[in-house]
Amino acid sequence: MPSRFLASRLIDLIIVLLGVSVVVFLMIRLIPGDAVAIMLGANTEITPERIAELRARVGLDQPLLVQYGNWIWGALQGNLGTSIWTGRPVTDEIAANIWPTVELTLLSVLFGAGLAIPLGAFMAEARGKGAEVAVRIGAIAGLTIPSFWLGIVSIFLVAKLLPGVSALGYVPFAQDPLGNLSRMVLPVIALSLPMLANLSRLVRSAMLDALSQDYIRTAKAKGAGRRRIIYKHALRNALIPFITSVGVSAGYLLGGAIVIEQVFAIPGLGRLVLGAIAERNYPLVQATILVMTTAFVVVNFLVDLLYAVIDPRVSR
Amino acid sequence: MMAFISKNKLLSFAVGFVVLQVLLALLAPFIGLQDPYAQVMVQRMKGPNALNLLGTDQLGRDVLARIIYGYRTSLATCTVAVGLALIAGGTLGMLAAYYRGWFDRIVMRMMDVLFAFPIMLLAIGVIAVLGPSTWSAAIAIAIVYTPIFARLLRGPALVICESEYVTGARAIGASDARIIFLHLLPNLASVVLVQTSLLLSAAILVEASLSFLGLGAQPPIPSLGLMLSEGRNFLLLSPWPAVFAGFAILFLSFGFNLLGDALRDTLDPRLRKEG
Repeated sequence: MPSRFLASRLIDLIIVLLGVSVVVFLMIRLIPGDAVAIMLGANTEITPERIAELRARVGLDQPLLVQYGNWIWGALQGNLGTSIWTGRPVTDEIAANIWPTVELTLLSVLFGAGLAIPLGAFMAEARGKGAEVAVRIGAIAGLTIPSFWLGIVSIFLVAKLLPGVSALGYVPFAQDPLGNLSRMVLPVIALSLPMLANLSRLVRSAMLDALSQDYIRTAKAKGAGRRRIIYKHALRNALIPFITSVGVSAGYLLGGAIVIEQVFAIPGLGRLVLGAIAERNYPLVQATILVMTTAFVVVNFLVDLLYAVIDPRVSR
Repeated sequence: MMAFISKNKLLSFAVGFVVLQVLLALLAPFIGLQDPYAQVMVQRMKGPNALNLLGTDQLGRDVLARIIYGYRTSLATCTVAVGLALIAGGTLGMLAAYYRGWFDRIVMRMMDVLFAFPIMLLAIGVIAVLGPSTWSAAIAIAIVYTPIFARLLRGPALVICESEYVTGARAIGASDARIIFLHLLPNLASVVLVQTSLLLSAAILVEASLSFLGLGAQPPIPSLGLMLSEGRNFLLLSPWPAVFAGFAILFLSFGFNLLGDALRDTLDPRLRKEG
């Protein structure tokens, strides 16, 4: 990979992350009215001393630029502020809740992307007008089924058909591997369905495109089998758009995970951020959004680099 | 126009499906529905029956009426949101393509930053600032979709700005405004139509998710997402409200997605993709 390409992508990454940090930083300052009074309002009596104390603790008593400087400097050292209610560092709260979300998202990517390839290849064999329409309607339906509804309906069906099986909650993998994975089945299916619909349609069209190319005819002429042609030759052609879509889907999955965690009572970052909004714990809201967005941006940065490895033309 | 639509079966189906749902929403007060707010406690959590075609919810309210009024909430929120995003993002993208240079670079950088946030997360952040309400949900979705429209329109606008007829218009001394309104806008119409329909479909899902999380429409407003979250609590006693509300969200979102898809095929055969 040429270093100039890497350098220009790195600069892009830094600019976007800086921008993201400014947006997240300004969030708390844009709250209409006195954010500190609102933060205090829910649980305690508001006194001027309390307001002044909290204002100093959150750092709202300094000029805006100084505030941002301090905040970003702390963030770079892993200090994202303290939770207003518990007084613990928000990074502790995030660390305590991050694994269920990471697991849910990763399993969904694996499931959605993994199944999309054989499904897309299978769909590419279906030709003709009826098949075209069926594939199209199926893909759109997959994209537009509300995943949280699918989750709710599946919980209902499990409760009715398999009484005694618990579909809700979360058990750490280290504690009970089987219990962990069995509780992940429904959330993963619900979360990855739109991605599966999108990716398998993409694999199908890229394959159809490839199958009409000369090099496939050559491969056929040389006597390569059907499986070999599809998986070895045609699939390569689908790789770049496929990886792009997986990268973009990561953002959808992170957002969707917030909703799915709520449906299945999984104690992840989604529940953390929703709870933080309900109790107006703004430093925690900020930190969670910053961490999740940074993860998404970095994933897409890595995806960008991956193209250059797969297809050297990209980095020229 | 009508002949053009009826020639394409898929497109005519999509148009019919969307128009039907939009008409139901618009005409909700005039089609003999029950009062969506009226609670009949003795009729709580009933399945579909002659009196309540889709049954009743946990407060004895008519599910059919709440769903049709929920369409109103959903469509109103999403139309406002996507409309605002189209105006803001479309203007920024078009001007960036037209003026190029530093203006283009600064605007698109800002759009990149907004685009870097996962959609739901940015929407949740905006609502954390504004407080949960239907309006907040609309504004949140508008902010989330602004960079998408800006990016979508900048590309085609760049191509049009380079075209010979725009160069020609410049040469005879047409003003910026004249070129933008007479040449740029009409030629972007088909892209705008297709993308607006597709983004409306996605916005309907985002709005439903936000309401489901308690960040959008607040009770007792009839809202499809809210019906799902309320219905979830009574799922084993009465699954009907949650089941029907889910179908309603699916139909609405599906209709607009199919419409966008069929429009793309019909309006621009060059964009046509297999399957």
